[in-house]
Amino acid sequence: MPRFLVRRVLGALVILLIISAVTFWLFYAVPRDPATMSCGKNCTPDMLAQIRHNLGIDHPIPVQYWEWLKGVFVGRDYAGFGHCNAPCLGYSFANRQPVLGTILDRLPLTLSLAFGSAVVFLVFGIGTGMMAAVKQGKWQDKVASSASLVASSMQIYFVGYLAMYLLVAKLDILDNPSYTPLTDDPVGWASGLMLPWLVLSLIWTANYTRMTRSQLVETLSEDYVRTARAKGLSRRNVFFRFAWRGAMGPIVTIFGIDLATLIGGAIITESVFSLQGVGRLALSSVDKSDLPMLLGVTVLSAGAIVFFNIIVDAVYALIDPRIRLA
Amino acid sequence: MTSTDQQIFLSVRDLKVHFSTEDGIVKAVDGLSFDLAKGKTLGIVGESGSGKSVTNLSILGLHDPARTTIDGEILLDGKDLLTATERELERLRGNKMSMIFQDALASLSPYHTIGTQIGETYRKHTGASKKEARARAIEMLRRVGIPQPDVRVDDYPHQFSGGMRQRAMIAMALVCDPELLIADEPTTALDVTVQAQIMDLLKDLQQEFGTAIIFITHDLGVIADIADDVLVMYGGRCVERGTKQEVLRTPQHPYTLGLMTSMPSLEGSVDVPLNPIPGSPPSLLNPPSGCRFHPRCTFTEKVADGLCSTERPLLDVVDGRGSACHLSLEQREEFFAEFAASRHN
Repeated sequence: MPRFLVRRVLGALVILLIISAVTFWLFYAVPRDPATMSCGKNCTPDMLAQIRHNLGIDHPIPVQYWEWLKGVFVGRDYAGFGHCNAPCLGYSFANRQPVLGTILDRLPLTLSLAFGSAVVFLVFGIGTGMMAAVKQGKWQDKVASSASLVASSMQIYFVGYLAMYLLVAKLDILDNPSYTPLTDDPVGWASGLMLPWLVLSLIWTANYTRMTRSQLVETLSEDYVRTARAKGLSRRNVFFRFAWRGAMGPIVTIFGIDLATLIGGAIITESVFSLQGVGRLALSSVDKSDLPMLLGVTVLSAGAIVFFNIIVDAVYALIDPRIRLA
Repeated sequence: MTSTDQQIFLSVRDLKVHFSTEDGIVKAVDGLSFDLAKGKTLGIVGESGSGKSVTNLSILGLHDPARTTIDGEILLDGKDLLTATERELERLRGNKMSMIFQDALASLSPYHTIGTQIGETYRKHTGASKKEARARAIEMLRRVGIPQPDVRVDDYPHQFSGGMRQRAMIAMALVCDPELLIADEPTTALDVTVQAQIMDLLKDLQQEFGTAIIFITHDLGVIADIADDVLVMYGGRCVERGTKQEVLRTPQHPYTLGLMTSMPSLEGSVDVPLNPIPGSPPSLLNPPSGCRFHPRCTFTEKVADGLCSTERPLLDVVDGRGSACHLSLEQREEFFAEFAASRHN
């Protein structure tokens, strides 16, 4: 286990290095100059050069990348801002705010959104999927399967606005989406995020229903499940300790990736409900050619995926003793 | 059968197992009857798809109730299993009747240790504690000849060799000293040495506990080794039954004869080609009319009026011995001798 962790964490660092380098290179491959954008209408070549210098983009790309890396690991000095302590992700080109601070500011909302909706779609998705698998071929299964097919073809910007109109404006069942930190007001936190949670998890619930059902249908017909029944174990026991155990692996794998994706920001959901999360930060940083911010968000999302991949592999080994971590 | 003097423990009467599929109704078992006494072994022989395994899964009640219709009667110690509730069956399974499956690797849970899998059967039926169940599992592993049972009890099935897995499977089936043991081709996937060890193990255990055994196989050599009585199945029906000696020495059904002449002989020359039964097993969705074996039978034209393809031959059993064929016994004796002679020169 320790060897596994060391190996995987080192591997993760290499992956993050590669991703940041590629992002850097891709950014300059796009013919847009951040300096021109912040210079404004009456721009002289001198002003442009000054801005370039202040932004630190008057150096060759490898040098810039090296400076950025140095900032992350040991900190760096900025012309107009003074020293920036490690881990320093730099300052936004657009509003000169520190990147790390901005991301940490947005992260609680995104994490709340991700984990909250994950709870909803896991509970409902796996629950419905289990029911459908047990009632395979019966009406419960048919209803669940067709409903999940319809739900997984929905679009958030359609369902989101519709739900907002019906549940908030017309019927007034749910609060207008807003974000209150969990530590300030847990009730306000939950009621403000309830609608985004439900809308965001609708499609995922459908996907998890279908995935759970198909996995369980497969494991329920495994020989070892039949053996468990032949031993006289109850249906319930056989279902949870044998069939579900076998079905869990692939679901855990997909869930790890899905959760990591959500932590990188639910761009559409955040936009529909006007929530200031990491997703919209990523979107606006692309829009504004804000390289430091874009890099920060990219490294965060990539880091989340790499991190959850390690967790998934460790969990998988707990579920299935045939898998050894090395 | 020949064991009529002994008390009959398992009695199957006119068992019919039909599956409904998208293509129609599959008559996997179509009117099967047999009896089994304690301490005796019934060998069931037949090709894949002849209904052997289906018969035994329906004894345990492990068929899918949504797609299966079962008719007839299965009496275990006087209790009708087909009308029993799921609860009652759960109490019997693994306890009074248990099953050894064919593919031990697929049939053992990859997620639980061998000890857990053996012990949980014991706990379920005896209410023993975890500690007692573990001790019992170790004892069972020792009994089936697993070396270092107190260490191997914590292994997972994938850490066992094929022969050891099959032994563990047997230990699991025997943990509650069942009175009926169904062994579904328990040795098919194993090499001959291990196969012999497992057969000896089963025979020892039977002697010790007086277990009634149903042994399913397509290997006549195995039948010769372990069975008291033999039942030959073809296309979901019994075509011949009798004691091991009767069936193997003087087969009465052309299918049994075919099975026996298709076995390679160790004494003969290596150059003698194999003698397979021509054709392939019948579709149970659209079984052949009349005698289900007639499209593959060498002797069909010897029966007058094409009776073989129009009328189902009845299985008439006298004293546990019988076969289902339109030829008279005298005709069969003559034709079978000719057939055997033609195959052995």
